[in-house]
Amino acid sequence: MSAIRVQTADFDPGEEIAKLGGAQGTTGAIATFTGLVRGDGGLVAMTLDHYPGMCESEISAHVAAAYTRWPLLAVRIVHRVGRLTPGERIVFVGVASAHRQAAFAACEFLMDYLKTSAPFWKLEEREAGSNWVEARAEDDASVKRWQSP
Amino acid sequence: MKLLYFAWVRQKVGTSEEVVTPPASVNTVSALVDFLRERGPGYETAFANLKAVRVAVNQRHSGLDAAVGPEDEVAFFPPVTGG
Repeated sequence: MSAIRVQTADFDPGEEIAKLGGAQGTTGAIATFTGLVRGDGGLVAMTLDHYPGMCESEISAHVAAAYTRWPLLAVRIVHRVGRLTPGERIVFVGVASAHRQAAFAACEFLMDYLKTSAPFWKLEEREAGSNWVEARAEDDASVKRWQSP
Repeated sequence: MKLLYFAWVRQKVGTSEEVVTPPASVNTVSALVDFLRERGPGYETAFANLKAVRVAVNQRHSGLDAAVGPEDEVAFFPPVTGG
């Protein structure tokens, strides 16, 4: 069972975690990641641009890949778009499995791919003006560790 | 052919989407870029450094050598920065 949402509205991590738990009694571990807007460097706001349709299909493809790699019971991903101010939530990745190793690993795997392949772009707004965030080489390096040689 | 532009590529080109009818010889992303560069200075600036531009054909990440045709949706954008 997986749920993928791209939305302007905020989300409630507690509600997402509750939905990941399920009632079946087989879930033994839920690992989650919540990304927030950092206010460093005098950031006023961040506006997220995205490619509707492709975002959902890219995320779905990586969720499917995670299911083949680890014994997962549920995955929930929420990514916000539009204008966000420091402290606001941007992204949520939650993974449920029987054991913690799979949940931790799949959560990191999904977050790494989300950053390097899902078509979202951040425009940073500061007092001096706005500029598009450049992709980070570290993010490409993070995703490489999931690719078998 | 439907074209989409995102982030700074959209700002440089000056539009978020458009429909173009290139000649039949334009059958790869690379040829499409050459065709678009002729359309004006905004396109020339956007495609000045192809290393900085990514492409998706029918919503799948693709390369400059990917095939394109009249029914395709082609998107140009900078490297992604979500999450």
